[in-house]
Amino acid sequence: MNNFFKYFAEIYTGVKSLLIGMGVTGKYFFSPGQIVTQQYPENRKTLKMYDRFKGEVIMPHDANNQHRCTGCGICENNCPNGSIEIISMRIETPEGKKQRIIDKHIYHLSMCTFCSLCVKTCPSNALAFGQEFEHAVFDRAKLTKILNQPGSTILKGIEE
Amino acid sequence: MKEVIHTPVKALEEEEYHINMGPQHPSTHGVLRLVVSLQGEIVKSLKPHCGYIHRGIEKMCEKDTYPQIIHLTDRMDYLSAHINNHGVCLLVEDALQIEVPERVKYIRTIIDELTRIQSHQLWWACFGMDLGGLTCFFYGLRDREKILDIFEESCGSRLLHSYYTPGGLMWDIHPNFQKSVKDFIKYFRKKIKDYDRLLSGNIIFMERTKNVGHLSKEDAISYGITGPSGRASGFSCDIRKHHPYGVYDKADFREILFTEGDTYHRYIARMDEMHESMKIIEQLIDNIPAGDFSAKMKAVIKLPAGEYYQRVETARGEMGIYCISDGNKTPYRIKFRSPNFSNLGVLDHLSRGFKIADLVAIGASLDFVIPDIDR
Repeated sequence: MNNFFKYFAEIYTGVKSLLIGMGVTGKYFFSPGQIVTQQYPENRKTLKMYDRFKGEVIMPHDANNQHRCTGCGICENNCPNGSIEIISMRIETPEGKKQRIIDKHIYHLSMCTFCSLCVKTCPSNALAFGQEFEHAVFDRAKLTKILNQPGSTILKGIEE
Repeated sequence: MKEVIHTPVKALEEEEYHINMGPQHPSTHGVLRLVVSLQGEIVKSLKPHCGYIHRGIEKMCEKDTYPQIIHLTDRMDYLSAHINNHGVCLLVEDALQIEVPERVKYIRTIIDELTRIQSHQLWWACFGMDLGGLTCFFYGLRDREKILDIFEESCGSRLLHSYYTPGGLMWDIHPNFQKSVKDFIKYFRKKIKDYDRLLSGNIIFMERTKNVGHLSKEDAISYGITGPSGRASGFSCDIRKHHPYGVYDKADFREILFTEGDTYHRYIARMDEMHESMKIIEQLIDNIPAGDFSAKMKAVIKLPAGEYYQRVETARGEMGIYCISDGNKTPYRIKFRSPNFSNLGVLDHLSRGFKIADLVAIGASLDFVIPDIDR
């Protein structure tokens, strides 16, 4: 007799547990206000990443096309996967001093692991993280970028 | 006329046969290949084959400086990335005998616990999915998104953060950090009730997990099963309790211990750990002291020659880092004791005599992350 009741009690609790679970899914089914899905490609205009988001490494330039990079090579040394290459050259300033400036600051986005050591260790804060995250391209060569803009010069007062 | 050869039908004979489960199988959570020896549907023995995602991280560490190693440890157990980073940072700080600011310890502990919660959320989502409840997957990932947003706001990325550096943190926490963590705790306390109602009490779930894959305390110790899986068998192995690091000694929390050791109790242990993690965060979040976010470190970090060992409690168990330094800026040799590799060893022992569907449940309850096994 005891087993008989136990059998039906198990059926009752089993069905009850399933209904409780269905109650949870039903609650979300009838409250579409709780939907958190983003309509990604459609919301591109309004999509805003967080300020610190690590999309890619960039070199900020000001309005006069001037950057802060001295070409010291600390970022190149600190990069664990060799994604930064600096080609520097020596020029003579109008005052007659010899100065090292960067010719090309090459950044291989395809090799970058976003460890943020380059941005952190840069002594003159020349590098920063950009917000761009749509990096898909058809040609791998397009992922190698030159960070200093053509014709850019170094900001006065940053020199070594 | 051609002679017809009648071969006996072999399908019904009781004979062992081997099948490959993986390397591309949804329930192995990655590229893990299990060669399962079956009799009918019953698992006779099982042989894991590792190495499909071996990247040689330990070897790569030998050419990297100590700050550079951090970003490689992210990529081992990517679900407890912060905690792996914490291990390397503690190793370097202990070797150089640097006292990190109190603020750093508080922030690291809070972020470690957030990492543990998000890892368990993903585990819960996948556990439900492996047992046939796809809804769990959506609910688990929906709530995990909130933690990832907190990480993204402060650390800059969602999965592989590299936020800790030897001596402190990369940057200070975002001004919104405390508020968003408190909001999350309030939100998740409500949502975790849904988890229990949806899966923990479900009759089908209980039938499939109770008394499946029993692991005794002796076996847990001899196989080296740590983390929630070991604690569900009664093996008290919580490093946060026994060898506190960060500010775990200042927080009041309970080490979840069960004696049953079956799949269901491994599940309950992890669910209870999420409650405990929330308790730790609530105690610490209002008391973050002001101060620097990093201690003063030299530009080139060189450890004195010698051997160092540091262990931390990740979401899956004990993560140990054994480092030999010869005084240079790169380590001579680094060995990681990853929890998943030890936990994988017990899978054969647990699944013998159970059906292949139980093997999926047992594997899900051990919570494997394959890149951590292969490194």
